Amino acid sequence: MKPLGSLLSINQLTTGQIESILALARRMDPNRPSRLLHGKRVVLLFYEASTRTRTSFEFAAKALGAVTTLVTATSSSIEKGESLIDTGWTIECIGADVIVMRHPNSGSAHLLSRYMSVPVINAGDGMHQHPSQALLDALTILNHKKHLRGLRIVIVGDVYHSRVARSNAELLSRFGAEVIFCGPSDFVPEVAAALAPGVVVSHDLNAAVQGADVVMALRVQKERLRDQHHAVAEYVAQYQVTPQRMKLAKPDAILMHPGPVIRGMELTSEVADGTQSCIHEQVRNGVKVRMAILAMAMGKA
Amino acid sequence: MESLLIQNGRVIDPANGIDADMDLLLRDGRVAAIAPSGKLRGQGNRTFNARGCIVAPGLIDLHVHLREPGQPHKETIATGTAAAAAGGFTSVCAMPNTSPVNDSPEITRWMQAPERGALVNLFPIAAATVGSMGETLTDFAALNRVGAVAFTDDGKPILDDRLMRDALKHAARLKVPVVQHAEDTRATAGCSMNYGATSFRLGVHGMPNEAEASVVERDIALSRETGGHVHVAHLSTRESLEAVRAAKRQKLRASAEITPHHFTLVDANVGEFNTHYKMNPPLRSTADREALIAGIFDGTIDVIATDHAPHAFHEKQVEFERAAFGITGLETALPLVLTVLHHHFGLPLSRVVELMSTSPAVLFGLQGRGTLAKGAHADVTIFDPKKKWTFEAAQSLSKSRNTPFDGWNFTGRAVATVVGGNVAFEA
Repeated sequence: MKPLGSLLSINQLTTGQIESILALARRMDPNRPSRLLHGKRVVLLFYEASTRTRTSFEFAAKALGAVTTLVTATSSSIEKGESLIDTGWTIECIGADVIVMRHPNSGSAHLLSRYMSVPVINAGDGMHQHPSQALLDALTILNHKKHLRGLRIVIVGDVYHSRVARSNAELLSRFGAEVIFCGPSDFVPEVAAALAPGVVVSHDLNAAVQGADVVMALRVQKERLRDQHHAVAEYVAQYQVTPQRMKLAKPDAILMHPGPVIRGMELTSEVADGTQSCIHEQVRNGVKVRMAILAMAMGKA
Repeated sequence: MESLLIQNGRVIDPANGIDADMDLLLRDGRVAAIAPSGKLRGQGNRTFNARGCIVAPGLIDLHVHLREPGQPHKETIATGTAAAAAGGFTSVCAMPNTSPVNDSPEITRWMQAPERGALVNLFPIAAATVGSMGETLTDFAALNRVGAVAFTDDGKPILDDRLMRDALKHAARLKVPVVQHAEDTRATAGCSMNYGATSFRLGVHGMPNEAEASVVERDIALSRETGGHVHVAHLSTRESLEAVRAAKRQKLRASAEITPHHFTLVDANVGEFNTHYKMNPPLRSTADREALIAGIFDGTIDVIATDHAPHAFHEKQVEFERAAFGITGLETALPLVLTVLHHHFGLPLSRVVELMSTSPAVLFGLQGRGTLAKGAHADVTIFDPKKKWTFEAAQSLSKSRNTPFDGWNFTGRAVATVVGGNVAFEA
C-alpha cells in the first residue's frame, strides 16, 4: 500500500484510508512487541501540554520498535524564538523519520508539512483538528455498534474550542452518522452546522439525547463560560451528562469523553464510571490507532 | 524641450467626457495638446505607438504601505514605487504606519525627498493622532502644508467618538478627508479571518461583519454632524456598503474604496491556512463579495485601492494566526480590475478609469491629476485591456512576494506608465 505520509486532518483521508487505519489498528497489540518500525526515529514535538496523546504516541512508537525523543517548547530553541519551520528543518536534519506535533495554533501541522520531507502527524493543532482522536473514537464506537451509518451521535460541550469535535464530526458524518452538536450558543454557534453534511446544532440536551446511540461529552473550561458566577450552575443544569439524561438515550447507548474529564462539570462521576462509559476503552484504543497511523505514515503496513 | 507624442490610442478621460481615438502630446511635464488621431503628427521629439491600447489619465492608488521609514526589509519607497509603475500607477498615497509613524512634517518631507528614489508621485497620508496612539491629534495644518493629502490611523482605527469628531472638524477646515480603517478592534481581538463557516472549520477566530459596519455607521453619523469627509478604506462588508449607499443618498461627505482582492476572492479561498489569503479586513463571504461588486456597478464604491502590504517570508510563512496581515497588490490591481470586473462582469472601461484615476484624484484633492485636460500633469497610463499574460510573483518589482495571485492568468495590463512626461515603466 502507498504510504499515508502526513496525517493532518480527517478531511484529507479517503473513506478507504480511514477503514484501512481502523482495520490495521484492530490487529495492533501494544503488548506484543513488533519490529515494524525498528530503527526509525520518531520525534514528538509538543508545543502544548499533553498527557494521554503524548504518552500514547510514545508507547505506540516504542511498541513498533521505533526510537522516540520528546521536544517541548520550554526546553528547546523554540523558547529562544526559533520559527516552526526552522525547528522542523533542524529536527529533520538531525534524523527524524516522522514528526508527531501538538501545537496551540490551528493550521500549524499544515504549515510544517508544507516544508518537511518527512511525514508530519498532527497530534492536535489549536481548535482545528485532532485526527488520531477521531480515529480512536471511531474504533471505540465500532467495537459496540455494527456500523456508523444511521447512528445518532450527540457531541455535547464546548464544541467551538474543540478540535476533537471538529475531527469527529467530519469522520462520523462521512460514514453516514447523524452528528448533533449540543451546548449553549457560545459553545455551539449556528455556523457549526456547515462543518459537514449531517451535522445539526441543538441547544437542548434533553431533546438531543433522545434515542441517541452515542453521547460524547467534551471538556468544559470554567473560564470560557461567560458570567462565571451563574455560568457553571447554569451549564451543569442544562448540559451536564447525568444518569437521568443517559436514560433518554437508547438503552445500549455508550458514553464517551476524550479527556481530560472534569467531573461534576460536563458529566457526573456516576456517568463517567457507569456501565455505559467507554472512556478507558478510548484511551486503550488510542495506542492501537496510533501504532496503525505511524506504521501507515511510513508505508510499513 | 522634452516632449512625447502618444499616438493611435483610444483616449478615455472621464473627467473631460472623452472616449475617442486621439493623440496626446506631453511637454515639460504637462499635457500640451490632445487631438483626434493624426492631427498632431510630426510633433513631439519622441513618440509612443499606443495602437490597440487605452490611453488614460495616470492611475492613482489611494492606499499603499511602502514601509519606509523603518521597515526596508519589506519594501522601500524605491521598490514600492517601481512596482507601482509596473502596475500602471503614476501616483500612490502612502499610509503612515511606518516606523516611526508618519505623524510629523519632518517624516512627511523625508518620504518625499528625491533621495528616496520614488519612480511615481508619492503623496503621504499622515497619522491622525500622535504615534497613531489614538490620544492627541497631530498638527493637520502643518502636515497638510508639507504635502499630507489625508489623515488616518489606518491599522489602529479611531474608536473614540470625540477624537474622530475633532479629526473630521480639523480635516473639514483643510478640505481633506479622514481615512478610516473601520474595525471595532474590541470585537476582533485574536481574530485572523472572516467569521463564518470557513473560520469555524479551520478553528480560527473570525471577525464579524458588524465590527466593520458599526464603525462605518458611527463615522457617517459624525460626518453628518461635522461636515467632514470620511473616506472608508478597503470596505469589505455588505452592511458597510449599505451604510455608505444611504449616506450618499443623503448627500453626505462619505466615500469608499475597495481592494481587488475583496472583489475577487472570498474567505473559503483561505483553503488550508494559506497565509497569502490573510489580510485585514479579511476576505468575506460570497454574499459580501456579490454585494461589493453590485456596489461598484451602482457607484456606491468610488475607488479601487490596493492596500499593498508587503511582508517578508519570515513574517508570512508562520502559523496562520501569527502571520502578518496583508498582501502585495500594486502589480495585480489593474489586471484584476480588467480580468474580473471588465471582462467577466462587463464593467465599462470608462468606469475602470473613473475608479482608478478620476475619482481618487477628486477625493484626495490631487489637482491636475486624474485628468488629461490641457495643462494637467503629464501622468498617463497606457494599458492593453486584451493582453493575455501570467503574473509571476518571483518577477515582481516589490521586495516582497506575499501575493495570492502568483501564477494567475490575466487579460489586460499596463504597457507603459508615464509620470510627469517621463516613461517610468514600459512592458
